[in-house]
Parts: sequence; structure tokens; C-alpha cells
Amino acid sequence: MEKLIEKYYRPRLPHIWCPGCGNGIVTSSIVKAIDKLGLDQDKTVIVSGIGCSSRASGYLDFDTVHSLHGRALPVATGIKLADPELNVIVITGDGDGTAIGGNHFIHTARRNINLTVILFNNNIYGMTGGQFSPLTPTASKATTAPYGTLERAFDIAELAKAAGATYVARGTAFQSKMLVDVIAEGISHDGFSLVEAVTQCPIYFGRQNKKGDASAMLKTQRDNAVTVEAAKKMTPEQLEGKFTIGVLHKSEAPEYTKQYQGVIDRAQKGAK
Amino acid sequence: MGKVLLLQGNQACAEGAIAAGVTFFAGYPITPSTEIAEIMAKRLPEVGGKFIQMEDEIAGIGAIIGASLTGKKVLTATSGPGFSLKQEFIGYATIAEVPIVIANVQRVGPSTGQPTSPAQGDMMQARWGTHGDHPVIALTPASVPECFTLTIKAYELSEKYRMPVLLMLDEIIGHMREKIEVPDYDTIAKPVRKGPRVAPSEFKAYQPDSDGVPPMADFGTGYRYHVTGLVHDETGFPNGSPAATESLIKRLHDKVDRHIDEITMYEEYNLDDAEIAIVTYGGTARSAYAAIDMAREQGIKVGMFRLISVWPFPEKEIAKLAEKVKVIVVPELNYGQMVGEVKKAVEGKVPVKPMSKYDSEPISPKELLEFVKNL
Repeated sequence: MEKLIEKYYRPRLPHIWCPGCGNGIVTSSIVKAIDKLGLDQDKTVIVSGIGCSSRASGYLDFDTVHSLHGRALPVATGIKLADPELNVIVITGDGDGTAIGGNHFIHTARRNINLTVILFNNNIYGMTGGQFSPLTPTASKATTAPYGTLERAFDIAELAKAAGATYVARGTAFQSKMLVDVIAEGISHDGFSLVEAVTQCPIYFGRQNKKGDASAMLKTQRDNAVTVEAAKKMTPEQLEGKFTIGVLHKSEAPEYTKQYQGVIDRAQKGAK
Repeated sequence: MGKVLLLQGNQACAEGAIAAGVTFFAGYPITPSTEIAEIMAKRLPEVGGKFIQMEDEIAGIGAIIGASLTGKKVLTATSGPGFSLKQEFIGYATIAEVPIVIANVQRVGPSTGQPTSPAQGDMMQARWGTHGDHPVIALTPASVPECFTLTIKAYELSEKYRMPVLLMLDEIIGHMREKIEVPDYDTIAKPVRKGPRVAPSEFKAYQPDSDGVPPMADFGTGYRYHVTGLVHDETGFPNGSPAATESLIKRLHDKVDRHIDEITMYEEYNLDDAEIAIVTYGGTARSAYAAIDMAREQGIKVGMFRLISVWPFPEKEIAKLAEKVKVIVVPELNYGQMVGEVKKAVEGKVPVKPMSKYDSEPISPKELLEFVKNL
């Protein structure tokens, strides 16, 4: 890991994350996946939005964009379409990516442009101090839901699949080895890929909802995560309160920037 | 060999962008600017460029910011409601110093207003639409040929000062058709972005040269830098200290303030002996030429100071004008926007008369002539 830190992290300590936060584990999983694939560091771009997880871009030694709240995907789309040679990875959170950035999320998936989105899901807006997000489980407490949230949460993996994403996976901070694998597979996939990374926020989600400290929350991830393979053998009753991890969806569809090259070829043939 | 063409203002804007070397457009359909997107959708792939229709106005400007970071010249086009939606990213491109050009073909507002009717009601939004203190460069073409040349100029300014440049058309200019002599695009000098002159290890992404503008590296070329909308220091990383904050805000303004004479563009029409000066811009200037010609035939000494760059406002020039004339008239298609700036610059030396029209019709030469005669 020391070598990875030296190679891929900018010397910018201290970071802004709270003690016990899972964002560091997810960030290091991204780095390990990049290293595993041997991506050219000079040809890899990381784009993030606004929020706790989106601060990760500033710690990583690539061309990086810390964009606007919810807007990482349009910026990433512009980078990828303008220069398809670049590997473009998007870091976002549950609030950034599925509330204010929800529209961009479904349309980027629909286009099947070759981006990989790592969505850090900690079920809460951390940076603003604990408000509920579209991925906060119903009835959870939040500073803007002192009596419990009324809203139902998105299953972001299902949403991505329905919107046209061609690779969808989920991992957890606890099962970080698997998280590295699904991120690497997502980056290798030629099309829009989503990896939902379940992570813990012991300070702003855990405290309000009596989830225990960071290690207790990590153990909850371990206890509730069921691999896709294991889930197939379980009854709906056994799956109650659990969530699946691993590769949830994979399909083939034309990739947008490659299709656009076809448009250029046709236009230039017509022009000549 | 150039060509003589009959073009619409919106078309001339799109062609000016191609001539300037634009290879990326992202946008969203909106009246009365849609032709710009339609033309770019057809033309860009012909020249090896890329066009993408995004899911909304915000995504349109977000995508061009991304493309600009890879070294491309980029354009988006919009109108009223879309211009409102783009404001947050205009602030981002200002603080992160990403060169972009935005064409706003103005229509009647507020809100959905009158989508197909002309107005000049976004002049103050152009200046102050995004939050916080920031400099602005905005240009207002008054003819189809000027849509072409000012679009090219917009890229010169945007690349040179690393900031957004706003092309403030109005529906009159955007949809008007006129003769235009278009030179061969090969003969047009393509605005060039100042790149880094040091190795990546020595590179500080936001360290300015003596002109206040930091050299900009293209993504993917090994400089590996950070771009953020947070206040940052010359390394590009967030720095919330009062010193870093003050220094950044000051430098962003200085880029424009120190080069205001190079940026400022205006036209003087029959001003030499004028007692009455009309200060106007864009489509309204067209009526002013005709009104002035008619007034001159009747022996009324009137001339025009036509703003070509409206922001930064040419205060110095307007102050000088106030020393020469007896009264200044400011016709514009809004409830009174640029007239306030004129008053500020004139400092009470002569009366400044607004001639505001906000009924969705252009100001006719006759109306303007009558206004001048009744002063």
C-alpha cells in the first residue's frame, strides 16, 4: 500500500473525512483497481461533484476535476467525448449523484458512454451535517427528518440498469477486495458502468440512527451483504433486510464515443 | 477565396465558431437560439468535431467545460431561461479559469416570457447572474457579419484571459438575414491557448504570468492538476485562508481590469459634431443608424456610441462622451438596464434619458427619431 500511496496519492494531509469514515477504504479500492489494470496515470481523469466523497478527487494524483454539486457527469461526458483516449472515472455520493445529479445520472447511463461511476453510498448528506438523501432508508432519522424519513429509497443499481447502464455492480467497504475487483471490471467494461460502494458514515448517519461505531457499521455491512450467487439460493424471507453484492448486471450495447466516430466518418464522406 | 453568403445571425455565429477552430458543442434546444445547435450538429462532424445534445441546459455548459479542459475550443448556445440555468457553471468556469464561449440569444422574459420576440433584458444577468464577485466579458453584435467576427473575437478573449465570454445576441440579430462576406477559414488566425512552459514537476496549475493569466495544460498531457470551484491558491488546491481568497478574487478581476483597453470595443457614428448622443447596442443599434440619418436630414445633430463590448463597461469612454454632448439617450429593449451604467459613468454631467421598450416589439427608427425630437 505504501507504494500505491506514493504513486497515486497527492501529499495533501490531513484529509477532511471524519474518524471511522469509509470513504478512505473506497478511495483506496479505486486506486488499487487502477493499479491492477495498469492504467496510464497521465491518461486517466477523475471527476467528482460536491460532498464528502467528491473530495477524493483532490487527493488523487491524476488530472482531476472537483466540479459542481450533482454535475460531475456532464463534465465527465464532455471530457470523454472530446478525448475518448482518456480513461474517465467519476466519483460521486448518494446525494450528489442521485438527488441533484439524478437527471444526469439516468441520461448518462442511457447514452452508454464509456465512463465508470463509483457512487459512495453512505445513506446521508455528510458534508452539510446529516440530512436524508434519496438513498436513505425509509424511517431513518436525519437532521431534516427528525421524526424519520417518509420517502422510499432508490435502488440505484436497479435504476441504473433500467436507464441503460451496461455494467452494474455493488460492493462494500467491508468486502474491499471484492470492491476492487468490481471497480476494475467496471473500468474495463466498454460502456457506462456503475459501481455502488456501500460505505459507513458513523458520525452523521450512524449516531442519529444508533448504528454503533465504525466497526459496528462495517460488521453490519458484512452481515447484510449477500453475494449474487448466494442470493440465488435464498428465499425472499431469508433475503429480507439484506442486499446483494457483486456484478448485478452486464450487457452489450454500442458505446457512445465509438458511435460518434461513425457519425464523423459519415459526415466527412458526405462532405467530400 | 472567400464567399458572399446570405446568412442568419445565428448561422453566422455558428460559422464564426467553426472558423475560430471550435471542435466541440454541447447544448439543449431553446428558442430563439436553436439554429446554432442545429448547424453545429451538422457542421462539427464534417470538420472532425463533436456535437452532443445534453439532457438539460446545465449539462450543456458542464460538458463544454469538460471538453475545454482537454484543450478543445467549445461553444454552447441558449436563450433566457437556459441562460438562467447556466449561471452556476458560468461562475465555475470563471473561478476555475476554463475558457468557454456562451451565445445567449435574448428573448422576452422573465421566465418563459415571449420565446419568439426580441428583448435585451439579460444584460444585467450577464453581468451579475452568477453569484459572488466576478469579472465578465460580454459582446453584443449588431449585424450578421458582426456575429461572425465577434464570435471569433470571443475565442481570442476567452483563450487569452481564461474565462467565459458571453455573446449577447438578441432575437433581432439572431434571426435577421443579411449579406456577409466570409473569408476562407484557413486564412483566419485561430486563437491559441497559452500552454505550460515548464516540465510537469515544476508546474503550478494556477501560478499566473505577469499578465495575471496562468498557462493552462490540456488534460491527458502529463501535468496532472486539480480543477475546483473552491477558492484555491496557485497550486490549484483548496485554500480557504483570507490571503488566498483575497488574492484569487483580486487576480480574477485584474485579468480584465488591467486589459480593459484591449477588450473594449465600440463604434462612433456621426458623433463628431453631435449634441445628442445615442448610446445603444445589438439589434437596437440598427434602428439608431436609420433614426440618426433621418434626424441629420432635419438638421438635428445626433450621433451614436455603439457598445460592441458591453462588459466590462467602457466607463472612461462614456465619461468622455458626456463632456462633448448636451444629452445622452439610451434606447434598449428592456425596462432600463444599461442606462444605469451610462448614468454611473456620466456622473450627472449631462442628462441621461432612458428609452425603454418592453412590449416585445423592436424600437423603430421613427419612434427613436420622435423621442430625440421631443427631448
